[in-house]
Amino acid sequence: MKISVQSGDFDVGLEIRNISKNNSIGAVASFVGLVRDVAMTLEHYPGMTERAIEKIVDEAKSRWQVLDCAVIHRYGALQPNDQIVMVAVASGHRGDAFAACEFIMDYLKTQAPFWKKEQTAEGTRWVEAKSADDKAAERWK
Amino acid sequence: MKVKVLYFASVREKLGKDAEDLDLPADVATVAGLRSHLRARGGAWAEAMAEGKLLRAALNQDMAQPAAAIKAGDEVAFFPPVTGG
Repeated sequence: MKISVQSGDFDVGLEIRNISKNNSIGAVASFVGLVRDVAMTLEHYPGMTERAIEKIVDEAKSRWQVLDCAVIHRYGALQPNDQIVMVAVASGHRGDAFAACEFIMDYLKTQAPFWKKEQTAEGTRWVEAKSADDKAAERWK
Repeated sequence: MKVKVLYFASVREKLGKDAEDLDLPADVATVAGLRSHLRARGGAWAEAMAEGKLLRAALNQDMAQPAAAIKAGDEVAFFPPVTGG
């Protein structure tokens, strides 16, 4: 299992290969989030961030078969089209892999302490949290 | 009671401060109590900690409810709803 909060980029193919080494793995589902439209800076709460992601992964493991997984989230300055986040889940079958991957991503959106500040032509602005993200996380309750 | 208080994102910017060590009076015993205590400083504090303001808090690096009890040595953080992912 790999959880990383880092400023540098990541290689999705490499990360997927690294969590696919066990013979009982039959499915890997992955999600990659990219920066859309405008440059931004991501702030986070060092220490709590890793802990919050670990808790989300533990919750996913209690609900689905998760044989291995990788969750990587970047912080710092990012440009349009940069990769921000990846979640990959390895399981015996696709049902558990898809569900756990989506669950981790939905919870990460509302529970992991990251904040985006966009740089627009008019200046910088903090991105407001979306109620749609709360709803997406709530449907797993 | 001594605690460490951290501020992030728009809250940090508004306050011009990212962390401080505080010695709290005995009647401040919860996350909500600490928020009121900070609000009473007035100015930017009254604004950042205003009652209607949507704020989240963490206690010792776990998301915390307003009623959560704080004790000496705790780390409490205030920040806006998160926007990662």
